[in-house]
Amino acid sequence: MSKAPLREWMASRVGARSIGIATVAALIGLVELAIRAGIVNRFIVPLPSEIIVAIPRIIVEENVLHRFWQTAQELLWASLLLAGAGIPLGALLHRFRIVRLACETWVGALASAPIVLMYPLFLVIFGRSATTIVMIGFAAGLAPVILKTLEGLSGTRQVLLNVGRSFKLTNSQQFWKILLPAALPAVFVGLKLGLIFAMINIVGVEFLINFGGLGQLINELAERYDLPGTYGAICFVILTSIVFFDTTERLERFLRPGE
Amino acid sequence: MVDESVRSPAAATDAASSRGAQLLDVERVSKRFVTSEGVITAVEDVSFSIAPGEFVSIIGPSGCGKSTLFNIVGGLVGDYEGRVTVAGDVVRGTHAAIGMVFQEESTFPWRTVVENVAFPLEVVGMAKDARLERAEHFVAMVGLRGFERRFPTELSGGMRQRVALARTLASEPRILLMDEPFAALDEQTRLLLGDRVLQIQQTLKQTTLLITHNLTEAVQLSDRVLVMTYRPGRLKRLVDIHLPHPRDSEVVSSDAFGRYVAEIWHDLREEASRGIRDDESRVLEGRAKR
Repeated sequence: MSKAPLREWMASRVGARSIGIATVAALIGLVELAIRAGIVNRFIVPLPSEIIVAIPRIIVEENVLHRFWQTAQELLWASLLLAGAGIPLGALLHRFRIVRLACETWVGALASAPIVLMYPLFLVIFGRSATTIVMIGFAAGLAPVILKTLEGLSGTRQVLLNVGRSFKLTNSQQFWKILLPAALPAVFVGLKLGLIFAMINIVGVEFLINFGGLGQLINELAERYDLPGTYGAICFVILTSIVFFDTTERLERFLRPGE
Repeated sequence: MVDESVRSPAAATDAASSRGAQLLDVERVSKRFVTSEGVITAVEDVSFSIAPGEFVSIIGPSGCGKSTLFNIVGGLVGDYEGRVTVAGDVVRGTHAAIGMVFQEESTFPWRTVVENVAFPLEVVGMAKDARLERAEHFVAMVGLRGFERRFPTELSGGMRQRVALARTLASEPRILLMDEPFAALDEQTRLLLGDRVLQIQQTLKQTTLLITHNLTEAVQLSDRVLVMTYRPGRLKRLVDIHLPHPRDSEVVSSDAFGRYVAEIWHDLREEASRGIRDDESRVLEGRAKR
């Protein structure tokens, strides 16, 4: 392949994804070599080949697909709550300056708060159930969604708002037809950050309260010192993240074409 | 020829009034801004009128209040002295009869060309098929047939400004108000887009007020050019442009065109020099304070 077509292929979506997969495969190969060469202790990090072998086993013996679905459902509910509450709250802070001045710093502080440590309080309120896990995920991911929504709405170019004013848009039309579409890229950055925080906390709380999902499985496998199985379960956590990220990106492209 | 067409603002306003019903009247408009450095008078006692179908340009150096005047006439800025009326109706806030084309890139990147142009029709509740058909007509008018389904990111700067122009035209304003819409474009593109604007103006008999700092553009497009002073922005002189219609960019090579440019530049140069001196002294003052 000559240089120009190769460069074109690398710049294409398929090319970029192929390079990404090849890079991950190469890194896994390097880890395998490092462990086999004794550079990395195999009692801390199992061989990637052993993890790959362990995946079919945990699917059959540990019912990992059911647990994956349980964690995914919790994350789905948390992300729906994040979008349903975080975006309107961000819009509220943008609309009312006094609310913004009063709350923005506190919302920022919430982003760095270790919400997961408050799980006993959530257990008292919601009981030892999936609701507790969803609510902790939601609380952990809320701040970035609010802040990035606020940032996106505030960052809308004045000229676009002036176009709306020149066509005599109502406040509602101005919001739905200009402000929100213009803010969508920032809103989706907030949602992705929120998803990351929610995912970490959901798996963490499943682990802590030993209730359903991949977090509980990781806990059980770690206690049995089944390292390949533990890392295999972590791969499913990563898979959950990939599925949600990919869905979010598709949704963004659908809602905000032309980028 | 040029000398006969150059008049003082007061005489020109009287002459305009005597021509009959005016579509746009700007009467003794002044605007002051309170800043940390004190009160700045951006525009002072500006009056002019535009008759239906007329193309008028306002030209002045940077900082003369051209954009402030654009915002006042467009209804984007309130709290000014004086009065702006459209066919006798006082402008308070944005007015349905005035369509605006902005200097900055203002297309919606999430909409295709035709969806951008259909935007004002969507806002007023026109049915989808009807508005897309109407929008396609205006897309063709600005010479973008074949690009209807493209997104603005796929277009050049000049094409995007044509989309913005088509979008404003689609709202069928009685007055088209443009604020240096081609300022960011190179000279050749600007001249050719000027041709397109002239064609549209001549087809639609569109009353147009163009704010510009570009001499060539002002003379190429206008029936009248209003020259503004540097801060505070006042009308210094009005120049009637008696170049033949229909016009195109070939007109820039004519002797008459050159004389108009020279005449306006004579006035403008003095103001632009004042602006540069003012900028320099402000920089020096700032440095001395530090």
